[in-house]
Amino acid sequence: MEMSAYPLELPEDDRPMVRFMNVTKSYGALTVLDQLNLDITRGEMVTVIGPSGSGKTTVLRMLMTLETINGGVIYVDGKPLTHMPKNGVLVPANERYLRKARSMIGMCFQHFNLFPHMTALQNCMEGPVQVLGLPKAEARARSEELLEMVGMIDKKDQYPSRLSGGQQQRVAIARALAMRPKIMLFDEVTSALDPEVIGEVTNVIRKLVNEHDLTMLMVTHQMGFARDISDRVCFFYQGRIEEQGEAEAFFTNPQRERTKQFLSAVKAAD
Amino acid sequence: MSIWDFLLQFGGRLTSGTLYTVAQFLLASVVAIVFALLSGLGKLSRNRAIRWASIIYIEIFRGTSLLVQLYWIYFVLPLFGLTLPKFVAGFLSVGLNIGSYGAELVRGAIQSVPRGQWEAAYALSMSPAKRMIRVILPQAFVIMLPPWGNLLIELLKGTALVALISVTDLMFEAKQINGSTFLSVQAFGSALVIYYILARFLITPFMRWCERAMARKLSRT
Repeated sequence: MEMSAYPLELPEDDRPMVRFMNVTKSYGALTVLDQLNLDITRGEMVTVIGPSGSGKTTVLRMLMTLETINGGVIYVDGKPLTHMPKNGVLVPANERYLRKARSMIGMCFQHFNLFPHMTALQNCMEGPVQVLGLPKAEARARSEELLEMVGMIDKKDQYPSRLSGGQQQRVAIARALAMRPKIMLFDEVTSALDPEVIGEVTNVIRKLVNEHDLTMLMVTHQMGFARDISDRVCFFYQGRIEEQGEAEAFFTNPQRERTKQFLSAVKAAD
Repeated sequence: MSIWDFLLQFGGRLTSGTLYTVAQFLLASVVAIVFALLSGLGKLSRNRAIRWASIIYIEIFRGTSLLVQLYWIYFVLPLFGLTLPKFVAGFLSVGLNIGSYGAELVRGAIQSVPRGQWEAAYALSMSPAKRMIRVILPQAFVIMLPPWGNLLIELLKGTALVALISVTDLMFEAKQINGSTFLSVQAFGSALVIYYILARFLITPFMRWCERAMARKLSRT
């Protein structure tokens, strides 16, 4: 598809929170995402599952613009994310445009990636103060409120090295939320955790689903959790969506052979 | 002449020389750190001109002799219209020379900060400059502190060469005393001991203290 065929903006009556339009990502000869089309509506919780190497984490990293795009366009809230309009066509976005465009997206990582030289509270205040330019007092109030929400207010003055994995991940969620994103991305946020602390992180995400109107995209290996809280599940296989559907139906009655194989393999591993 | 008589007679000159050496050391350290940071960052820059300027600086100052650099800055630059006082030429040469080694420490430390840190800062929409200053550099400092300790000791010893352009540092005084008294053992012996004391009991403990202070804050899991 020619670049000029992509709209500069999505029409008012067709504006999902996120739209992947023919998104392609490849590393050399290896195609990780192949002409992906995916819409996520406002407030939807979508879980991406699939075998390793299926491109599921790439979907999140593309949306965070941590990876460059090789083809297609991603739109967020109707506006192009990966591209910017110039002389009536879309061209690859520059750093300045990207910085503004991605500010409505927050992300949590498998390995938390808290800043080790800042306390839990400082980690949360960093974005609001340094990026949004909020006064310190306001950023502090906002951060403390969020740390309270994730149950980490008692540890607000601790450095990450003194916190357990589950605690670090909860601080990381608060840090991302402090930027007031419209979209939250969770990239295997429980994969690096000890089994006994997974619950404390999934409970926070559950709370977000129930109490906020965030649009969320999550990659996880925890099928039970995905089934519980997702509105929709997408099964990725070799860079394409092999099957997707409403969570309950997806798990109870998968249609495709590969989906069935994957789900039974995961169940056997449990 | 006993060592006490020697110290009584020449103590003043040795002290004055030591003060010059300390001054040269401190000023050269500032030059070295500033140039190491600039060219270490410059080498990672996406801008070609900045990258090349850094590479050329590092190559020249790391690839040639400190003594030759010192002579160039003091004796040759005036031929091109830039005359520097010998004191300035001294610490500038030593600083520029050590800075070129430091540049690689800076670059290496920045690159060994885990990629996830850069990504987390990116995900908070931080600008490239903010990412570097607020997130990457503070962590890179901790990584590069121990090798910097070595480099600063190297720098201190390098300052002895400024005696060759007649900066009246410790080495210069030792040479003068030796020249007039032929008390080589005492003259160069005191210089040896003073350099050792400066390195071992001032620089090393100071760097250790920095490492501990930073490690306290930055210990990662």
